[in-house]
Amino acid sequence: MPRIVRLYGLLAWVWVRAAAQYPVSAALLMIGSVVTTGLDVAAIFIIFRHTGSLGGFTLPEVMFLYGTAGLSFGIADLLFGNVERLGRHVRAGSLDAMLIRPASPFVQIAVERFSFQRIGRTAQAAIVLWIGLAGVSVPWQRAWMIPVMVACGVVIFAAVWTFAGAVQFLLTDAPEVANAFTYGGGQLTQYPLSVYGADLVRAVTFIVPLAFVNWQPGLFVLGRPDPIGLPHWLRFLGPVVALALAALAALAWRAGLRRYRSTGS
Amino acid sequence: MIELDEVGRTFTVSRRTGVLRRERRVVHAVRDLSFTVAAGEFVGYLGPNGAGKSTTIKMLTGILTPSVGRVRVAGLDPSRRRTALARRIGVVFGQRTTLWWDLPLKDSFQLIRHLYKVDREAFHRRLDELCEVLELGAFLATPVRQLSLGQRMRGDIAAALLHDPAVLVLDEPTIGLDVVSKAAVRGFLRGLNAERGTTVLLTTHDLGDIERLCRRVMLIDHGTLAFDGTVEDLMATAPGETSIEEVVTRLYTRAAPS
Ligand SMILES: Nc1ncnc2c1ncn2[C@@H]1O[C@H](COP(=O)(O)OP(=O)(O)OP(=O)(O)O)[C@@H](O)[C@H]1O
Ligand SMILES: [Mg+2]
Repeated sequence: MPRIVRLYGLLAWVWVRAAAQYPVSAALLMIGSVVTTGLDVAAIFIIFRHTGSLGGFTLPEVMFLYGTAGLSFGIADLLFGNVERLGRHVRAGSLDAMLIRPASPFVQIAVERFSFQRIGRTAQAAIVLWIGLAGVSVPWQRAWMIPVMVACGVVIFAAVWTFAGAVQFLLTDAPEVANAFTYGGGQLTQYPLSVYGADLVRAVTFIVPLAFVNWQPGLFVLGRPDPIGLPHWLRFLGPVVALALAALAALAWRAGLRRYRSTGS
Repeated sequence: MIELDEVGRTFTVSRRTGVLRRERRVVHAVRDLSFTVAAGEFVGYLGPNGAGKSTTIKMLTGILTPSVGRVRVAGLDPSRRRTALARRIGVVFGQRTTLWWDLPLKDSFQLIRHLYKVDREAFHRRLDELCEVLELGAFLATPVRQLSLGQRMRGDIAAALLHDPAVLVLDEPTIGLDVVSKAAVRGFLRGLNAERGTTVLLTTHDLGDIERLCRRVMLIDHGTLAFDGTVEDLMATAPGETSIEEVVTRLYTRAAPS
């Protein structure tokens, strides 16, 4: 594990230096991410100008849920977002080049074109979370869950991306389907799940376990009863779900790699 | 150093035959292939297009897992011990670079130094050596995507050798090179094999490479070994022919084993 972290840091540094050669594109990337994430927050404020609550949650509570989901998604995207673009490397043949190096192709793909410009989303989510937390009173007995849930969220998103990547060892055209789960999941978890209806909440609890990113642990932090009455202990299941999902994703990745067929030329 | 024992690799390809109908077909890219290459040999790997040369090389380097059979390179099973093997083997794909498109050549080399954990002093010694014989000095600071094919190829060859591997496999390393670059690359490879004892296996469609470099030639056709011997043996398969082109043309156009 420490070896992988070192490798990641090393490669990230190389990419950051390489990106410094294109200051204009770096600046555009930054502006782009500030604008899109700004619009996102604006949407929440607009909703609350018309209603006092969203899915039964107050503005600060919604900001809390938005912030934790955004933070998890942003960090996962910064560190592992590339993995779901594996298909492109398979088609271009650049995966072959990664496979001849004495380093994990997972890390090599994940870190490619690493740049701090992509941190915009994470920073915005952190600010929203901060403002949200100021408006809800969370005692220390429940606040410990906040870093835990963000970390679990990062692992869950990263695992979903890894699944999406693993599929592309075989089906190189799968990224569009995968996007529905990754970016769709990121969008979905921004708002209180209670706005979507009970069936969808059950689906994202038990099938694609995105509810453990921020919804279930968030209910614990906010001291809220579950709007659709799911059991209380689900709120503490985040770490278990995250680890199980990560293990499954790692197996899928390995299985995919073994079936990798390269390209014909 | 390299050992293949009844190795086969198949690809299932599906072809669309109607709106919804698909036809699945199994392509035997390599079948029943066995050979060994001893340490210090310089072997040319020949075969017509689609014969299975690149597929073999990908199995030697651990990129592809063989469907059947056993592969050993430097004592390791490539697909299971890929990262361990990577430290002992150098790989060059003439068709496409293994370098980082956006990085200057010297940054790519630095990155490789870290990836392979080559110590700084050994690395600089080796790099200076490689720069001199491959004449890389003029474009070390150029991003890889701006290099000409010949420059890039020399960069790729240097990159494959920075960690001083015991085995070097090259898939068409002279493709698209002018006569001068080709001579430079050939001279370099010959020197590498003679002075350092590096085992070299190379595929090529340029028979000049074979004549000037390889003591031993293996010829593969339809995924199986059709000839294995010295260049003289190869010439002897077609008495009366004097040029290697003619001999190889005969071997390629001979009825395929079914
Ligand atoms: N990823 C793949 N998917 C499907 N078929 C493949 C794949 N890779 C190779 N093949 C098939 O396997 C056979 C051998 O291909 P290979 O690339 O090994 O040939 P080669 O000897 O390198 O040819 P060339 O001289 O043209 O480079 C060909 O029939 C090719 O179509
Ligand atoms: Mg080939």
